[in-house]
Amino acid sequence: MAVYLVRRLMQALLVVLAMSMIVFVGVYAIGDPVEILISPDADQLERERAIRALGLDLPLWQQYLVFLTNALQGDLGRSFVFNEPALKLILQRMPATLELAFGAMFLSILIGLPLGLYAGLRPNSPASKTIMAGSILGFSLPTFWVGLMLIMVFAVQLGWLPSTGRGETCSVLGFIGLQPCNAGLQWSWLTGDGLAHMVMPAVNLALFKISLVIRLTRAGVRETMLMDYVKFARAKGLSASRVTFVHVFKNILIPVVTVVGLELGSTIAFSVVTESVFAWPGMGKLIIDSINVLDRPVIVAYLMIIVLMFITINLVVDLTYSLLDPRVRLESKGT
Amino acid sequence: MSQAVMDGAAPAAPRKDKVETPFRRFVSEFAESKIALGGLIVFTIIALVAIFAPWLAPQNPYDLAQLDIMDGRMEPGTVGGAGFTYWLGTDDQGRDMLSGIMYGLRISLSVGAGSALIACMVGATLGLLAAYAGGRTDTVIMRLVDLQLSFPSILVALMILAFLGKGVMNVVIALVIVEWAYYARTVRGTALVERRREYIEAAQCLALPTHRILFRHLLPNCLPPLIVVATMQVARAIALEATLSFLGLGVPITEPSLGLLIANGYEYMLSGKYWISFYPGIALLVTIVSINLVGDQLRDVLNPRLKK
Amino acid sequence: MKTWIRRRSIAASAVAVAGVALAGSQALAQTATIAVGAPVTSLDPHYHQLSPNNAVADTIFDKLVNTDAQSRNVPGLATEWRAVEPTVWEFRLRPNVRFHNGNAFTAEDVAFTLQRLPNVPNSPSSFAVYSRPITRVEIVDPLTIRLHTAQPYPLMPLDMTNVRILDKETAENATTEDFNALRAAAGTGPYRAVAHRNGDRIEFERWDGYWGDRAPFQRVNYRMITNDAARTAALLAGDVDLIDQVPTSDLARLRSDNRVRISETVGLRLIFLGLDFQRAANENSPFITDNDGRPLGRNPLRDVRVRRALSMAIDRRAIVDRVMEGAAVPANQFLPQGVFGFVADLPAPAYDPDGAKRLLAEAGYPNGFRIQLNGPNDRYINDARIVQAIGQMWTRIGVRTAVEAQPWTTFVGRAGRQDYSAFLIGWGSNPDGSHPLRNIMATFNSERGWGASNRGRYSNPQVDDLLAQSLTELDEAKRERQVVDAMRIAMQDVGVVPLHIQTNIWASRRNFEHTARNDELTRAQDLRPAAR
Repeated sequence: MAVYLVRRLMQALLVVLAMSMIVFVGVYAIGDPVEILISPDADQLERERAIRALGLDLPLWQQYLVFLTNALQGDLGRSFVFNEPALKLILQRMPATLELAFGAMFLSILIGLPLGLYAGLRPNSPASKTIMAGSILGFSLPTFWVGLMLIMVFAVQLGWLPSTGRGETCSVLGFIGLQPCNAGLQWSWLTGDGLAHMVMPAVNLALFKISLVIRLTRAGVRETMLMDYVKFARAKGLSASRVTFVHVFKNILIPVVTVVGLELGSTIAFSVVTESVFAWPGMGKLIIDSINVLDRPVIVAYLMIIVLMFITINLVVDLTYSLLDPRVRLESKGT
Repeated sequence: MSQAVMDGAAPAAPRKDKVETPFRRFVSEFAESKIALGGLIVFTIIALVAIFAPWLAPQNPYDLAQLDIMDGRMEPGTVGGAGFTYWLGTDDQGRDMLSGIMYGLRISLSVGAGSALIACMVGATLGLLAAYAGGRTDTVIMRLVDLQLSFPSILVALMILAFLGKGVMNVVIALVIVEWAYYARTVRGTALVERRREYIEAAQCLALPTHRILFRHLLPNCLPPLIVVATMQVARAIALEATLSFLGLGVPITEPSLGLLIANGYEYMLSGKYWISFYPGIALLVTIVSINLVGDQLRDVLNPRLKK
Repeated sequence: MKTWIRRRSIAASAVAVAGVALAGSQALAQTATIAVGAPVTSLDPHYHQLSPNNAVADTIFDKLVNTDAQSRNVPGLATEWRAVEPTVWEFRLRPNVRFHNGNAFTAEDVAFTLQRLPNVPNSPSSFAVYSRPITRVEIVDPLTIRLHTAQPYPLMPLDMTNVRILDKETAENATTEDFNALRAAAGTGPYRAVAHRNGDRIEFERWDGYWGDRAPFQRVNYRMITNDAARTAALLAGDVDLIDQVPTSDLARLRSDNRVRISETVGLRLIFLGLDFQRAANENSPFITDNDGRPLGRNPLRDVRVRRALSMAIDRRAIVDRVMEGAAVPANQFLPQGVFGFVADLPAPAYDPDGAKRLLAEAGYPNGFRIQLNGPNDRYINDARIVQAIGQMWTRIGVRTAVEAQPWTTFVGRAGRQDYSAFLIGWGSNPDGSHPLRNIMATFNSERGWGASNRGRYSNPQVDDLLAQSLTELDEAKRERQVVDAMRIAMQDVGVVPLHIQTNIWASRRNFEHTARNDELTRAQDLRPAAR
């Protein structure tokens, strides 16, 4: 087990290294940050000064080496735009994105799992058909469009919810030793105003996941119900609820856990659209802004954090797999 | 071995009724669901409209010479300067929305289907390989998957745009790069379980060639989740293309897909010019829903485990 | 959620009541919320030369020379200024001014600020340009300061409208981070910053010790909502009281909405087309071919008749009415009427497709040619739409036009490398004709620092000469004649194809009033409760 974990960590490091290299080359290929950041009326002298100030006068490989050397000391560089450590900027924005992503995941399981279970157990009832039709709608609609519709209806027409932005936040002590967050992490779901602001973005982000969970659950239930052991369990005279919740449920959890796990990462990484429609000050909005001005240190730092997060999630999913399905053995991936 | 007999792709057992071929059986099972059949019919119509758009549309919306901004943002049913009626109104450039939607369907469908197909082939092959071969192959492929999934699609798109320039093909490439990993991971997950089953062991004992085991035995049994994912990914590809266009990274503005039409009209939603965004939205919705209805039923029919 | 609405409407009616009861002294006015479309990246006023940052800096800090809503110079921290010698500018400073931390404002603070400008670490676009002409700073007494230059320098007061004055004691060793964390952000402006969340919001509180008119609100929330539709929606939902960069597509609706008040003024930003002057008359331009797609063997854009034809083929009125929905004025020069250097006898070119065809035939292109027009799709108002509309118009005179719009990040680099034949771009001028001349119309020259944004590489010695004269001319009337003459020559030569000057538009809730500025800055002090 320890060997397995060490091996995975080594691989993770390799991935992070490869990724940072790709981003360096990629950003270099897209354009010149100075062209974008510099004031239009700066003269040539000022342009040269800016290029030197940002360290962009060095050859690309040297810039990368500088970055690596600093990264090994825990410094992922300073944002070109904000002149603050990139890591600090991202960590400041992280709670906003995390609470949105977890809110969306929570909603998707809360709504998706029971609906999917019902649709799977009674596939031919009208309610099930409605659920399935709804789930199709759920991932047919483009997120940005739904977002605007939500704002139009619930904020502009009905005035029930605030249109955009994040509400009041409430500070909870940051991780110990995490200097950049010494002011404490700001969470908005702990306040009423914060929750009101969170409802629409979370629903918007969750819509796709709800449909996904419904469909996965239903597919799983329908397959499992036909399995010999379920038939046997029923034949044994076990109660319907016991069959459903012990035998069926345990088996459908595998694909659901996989996908939900995977989707948590992608929810965090891809909350870009929801965050920009709802002006939600999270990491996704930061990264899209940073891409627009080619703020390379932030882009690199963001991606490294996301990669680490994904690797962790994948590891957890794999571990959960082996717990839920003894037929999958971790050792099988070793030698 | 009992599993292998149920394998949908394996030759069907001889039957008394010689008219009953596997294909016919498939068709009749598919047609059991009237909704799915309806979806198929709608989708066929949409596909036909998309294919024959140049002959059906009153205007070539991609030819700037045929557009006139003086006809911009006209309400549905207005007769424009060119002499024909804009049944669904016009967008900001004076583009006939009906023609725009027909041509947009072409692009959205080819982008969605094309990218999903390629991504599925690439992803499924790699996923199977990873699960079956295990060891180093598995590690390398799955680390690639991790790497891939850690890139936000927006960034991948922007990089590809920078390298290759904007265009339909480039959007397809971006979508494939974004999505293959989902297929790979899904297939691997299922295949890891399947490869431990008796029928694979049996096939191995019979010394069948690897590719045969992979594609004739393992793949069909991994199909159900693959189809679930593929169904969603076609829809997702089309929606993602729309989102990329929304963020200004998708297809060229002069050749709008449905997504770009919606994105264009999105700015006019608040000012009451609903048709610029609404009708392409409906077209997109109907298209995706019909694809999904067909996919749903396909999954039920193709799934060997659902057969009694 | 219900309580939330109620609270908003109570706040709104409180403001309204306050407006009625205390029309004269608006002492009780509460809080205002402003939503801006472009993110503020730093509270350090010398870190990044960027409009959103400047707007916030102008709320917190003052300059020696402030500007009014039409960008005319008005006394700021200096009460008067003049060139006491050709190379010496003297500024008399305002007495009894205090910084937000209570420190008194003196000439030492000005000297310190000027010395800091070129020394802000990691600045991606510094304010060093404004201190570079100054060879020596002489403090005559605590309220008099003299700036020495090597040559006569007429632009000194204009330059000083860009320099926000810091408190020496607070900012002496302060970093950009110290400003962002508000530790160093003490200015003399009408509001002081009390909270700051990077890229999300800034909160201001009235500075009661302000030397000028008392700010109307106790508190101002300054939020960044970059999505256009979301910003409009926030205004309509009553979440914010003022928005800037009102999308033109929402303009008609907002004008007819009686809960909303629009404030607007013609701005200083010209949208224009740059043309390829880099390739000689007998070379191929990268995106121009003959009608069969073969190389042309020459660069038609070097022929002034072709340039004129391309300009005449554009129906500017149609673009302004249909694409910009009225939020622009057609133009044939960089500045609007009333600004220093405006050329009175240069009206917007008339739309004349037949004349354009004739000119093309004269120049030897009776059947036109093919061209690609490039442009950004996320930079200027309706940029991609304008590019397409021009594509339509050029195609109609026989110049078959392909159109490509892409994100600014990829576009601007290529435009700067002269990769394009024709491209759409914009320019926000300082309120002085020498500014666009020097940066766009002057010959590209690194030593002089001219033509840094001359991406088409237009070059005309006559324009350069007149500009050179004007830059050392202290007689304002003479200087204006030189600037006007240079601009007229460059525009008659169609060095660029001007399209329109944008109108800057804000929208507020009915019970607020906002003064529109032509420099596009959204400042908290320009918003006040509506008079009843």
